[in-house]
Amino acid sequence: MDERTHIISALVEHKPGVLQRVAGLFNRRGFNIDTITVGESEKEGLARMTIIAQGDDKVLEQITKQLNKLVDVIKVRDLEMESTVKRELCLIKVHAPQEKVRSEVIQYASIFRGRIIDVSPETLTVEITGDPEKIQALIDLLKNFGIKELARTGPTAISRGTKTI
Amino acid sequence: MKGGQAIIKSLIDQGADIVFGYPGGQLLPLYDMIYDSDLKHILVRHEQCAAHAADGYARASGKVGVCIATSGPGATNLITGIATANMDSAPVMAIAGQVPTHLIGNDAFQEVDMIGITIPITKHNFQPGNANEIPGMIKSGFEIALSGRPGPVVIDLPKDIQEQELDEYRAESMELPGYKPNLKGHPLQIKKAAQAIKKAKKPVILSGGGVIISGASPEIKELSELINAPVTTTLLGKGSFSEDRPGSMGMLGMHGRKVANITVDECDCLVAVGCRFSDRTTGNIAEFAKNARIIHIDVDPAEIGKNVEVAVPIVGDAKTVLQQLMPLLKKNEAIDNKKWFDYVCEFKTSCIPRLSFENDVPLKPQQVIKEIMNAVDNETILTTDVGQNQMWMAHFYRTQKPRKFISSGGLGTMGFGFPSAIGAKVALPENDVVSVCGDGGFLMVCQDLATVKEYDIPVVVCVLDNRYLGMVAQWQKLFYDERMSHTHLGEVPDFVKLAEAFGVRAERVEKPGETQEALKNAIKSGEPTLLDIIIDPDEILPMVPPGCGLTEIIGEYKVERERPGEITYKNPAKKAEGD
Repeated sequence: MDERTHIISALVEHKPGVLQRVAGLFNRRGFNIDTITVGESEKEGLARMTIIAQGDDKVLEQITKQLNKLVDVIKVRDLEMESTVKRELCLIKVHAPQEKVRSEVIQYASIFRGRIIDVSPETLTVEITGDPEKIQALIDLLKNFGIKELARTGPTAISRGTKTI
Repeated sequence: MKGGQAIIKSLIDQGADIVFGYPGGQLLPLYDMIYDSDLKHILVRHEQCAAHAADGYARASGKVGVCIATSGPGATNLITGIATANMDSAPVMAIAGQVPTHLIGNDAFQEVDMIGITIPITKHNFQPGNANEIPGMIKSGFEIALSGRPGPVVIDLPKDIQEQELDEYRAESMELPGYKPNLKGHPLQIKKAAQAIKKAKKPVILSGGGVIISGASPEIKELSELINAPVTTTLLGKGSFSEDRPGSMGMLGMHGRKVANITVDECDCLVAVGCRFSDRTTGNIAEFAKNARIIHIDVDPAEIGKNVEVAVPIVGDAKTVLQQLMPLLKKNEAIDNKKWFDYVCEFKTSCIPRLSFENDVPLKPQQVIKEIMNAVDNETILTTDVGQNQMWMAHFYRTQKPRKFISSGGLGTMGFGFPSAIGAKVALPENDVVSVCGDGGFLMVCQDLATVKEYDIPVVVCVLDNRYLGMVAQWQKLFYDERMSHTHLGEVPDFVKLAEAFGVRAERVEKPGETQEALKNAIKSGEPTLLDIIIDPDEILPMVPPGCGLTEIIGEYKVERERPGEITYKNPAKKAEGD
């Protein structure tokens, strides 16, 4: 067993039910999808899915082959980790009633190139984009103040350079 | 034109001359339109039989078989048949009624999420959003069902769409950029395969269901002769290579012929065509063909490397790839493995299974199958149910032509034999059709005796009646200390009376010689007939226990002629483990 993280990029038809077909294949083979993002692609009528999953290479090879068989799936690729850029968006609502805490949160956010996108008497909401590891680092810092709510998109990814799928 | 009429016209345009169905509430509009259409419709007595009949129709003819059922319970009754077709790559179109579009998702009366349910068991499924989509959808549905690796396609048909007027009937295939099966083999891979075959001294061909689907039987025969390779088949490959040829070793696997199992273990090159190396075929995968370089030709890329490691994978249609491959094998010096071929033929004659049990009462299944073989010709289509009856047939019955042996392989669906025979007979009325079932499986679908009677579909059902769920009982005997938990089926029913209640000709057979006569008479009668053949419940087919290598056959392998000492094989088996 060679367990590792895989980033699968799939170009699919942008229509109802496709997500269910794709997710079902993972589920059936006991693969947990860590994250999945779906959105429009460069081609009209087609969407791009980015799926992050942990698992055995051989099982994943089988899953990508099965994905390729789905009529609604145009292309699938298991992206190489080293030559792939991945970015995630995260919104964090931090408990920050006192001035001191607020300024600390704002400082941390700016170090991580995040932004404050909402303010209330009790809370600050930080928006941050980046590598999932970087986002995790900020979350770990902000935990000390108390995170009231957290929403992560999961990473979306694309190959470096001219390569496309 | 309304949606329902578009369905009917599209089906007829696609060549579906007949459909198997069962009406219901949400299909009232469609059935109202069928009422005065040219579409021939056979009313089955259970939706599951509609699906199996469509499957039998498809496998016998190579065309798409169509079944229709209403929403909810009608649709779910199709599921077993759809899953059966999916596992065995049969081109079936299942049309299911659905509640009106505005009610979908409301848990309306007789609503079920047919699309969601059938995603894992279909090649593809569709639900038209408006009636204009129907002609293209049916056309594409047929194309998908038939092309590449065939499989079932479901059309989920809401009631309101059946009644909706089309703006225009346009039968253009849908745009499906994600669907393009690869039929031609990669030249480099084919070259590698040719090299591997040329190097081999002990080649064997494993011919699967894909060979039959692709019509590659002549190519398999040619390849076998060209490289002196004996041929074994999978269950679904039965008939892809005539089992009367000297080079035929019969079926491979858990219930395979001794010669096939041992020769595959011994061979140095296995050319596997159109098969998927199921666990029933390979036995313990670590032991499978361990001395061989495996060349795997299959149209489905996902089957390559799924179960066994292959030396040379080739994605492509069996016939096309073999036609690409053979010219390369003919180049340069000729291949001569005649010694190997003769050696296997010699071995084969030493372990031909014994079929004659002329004096045994209750009847031995071998004797029954021998008599069936004597009563039919090589155009007769045999369908089997699942269990001992199926494996006896697979093991002992010699199939000579493609599409003449129809059986539920992958899913192992009890109740498949009889309705698939109905489908086969409807598809090819000129051929005799005989269904060999067990008493358990036949009882699951016996209500469709009404169908064969009403439509006068002259199939002959041979019920191998041992009052046991024989295969499960066999495993209980061998692996569960003979604790026969719920496998004895008791004394009822009287199958002859049961058939007669439907007005179907029936006869009981108990002695050697009677099967042959009764079957010949049944075929000659031109009427649907049931033969209740009382067989010995204690007869066990030798098998390879689960988890064991293919050479580890247990149970007495009764042969026509034994020459001990020529070839040894390992015995007894390890303790069974897993499934």
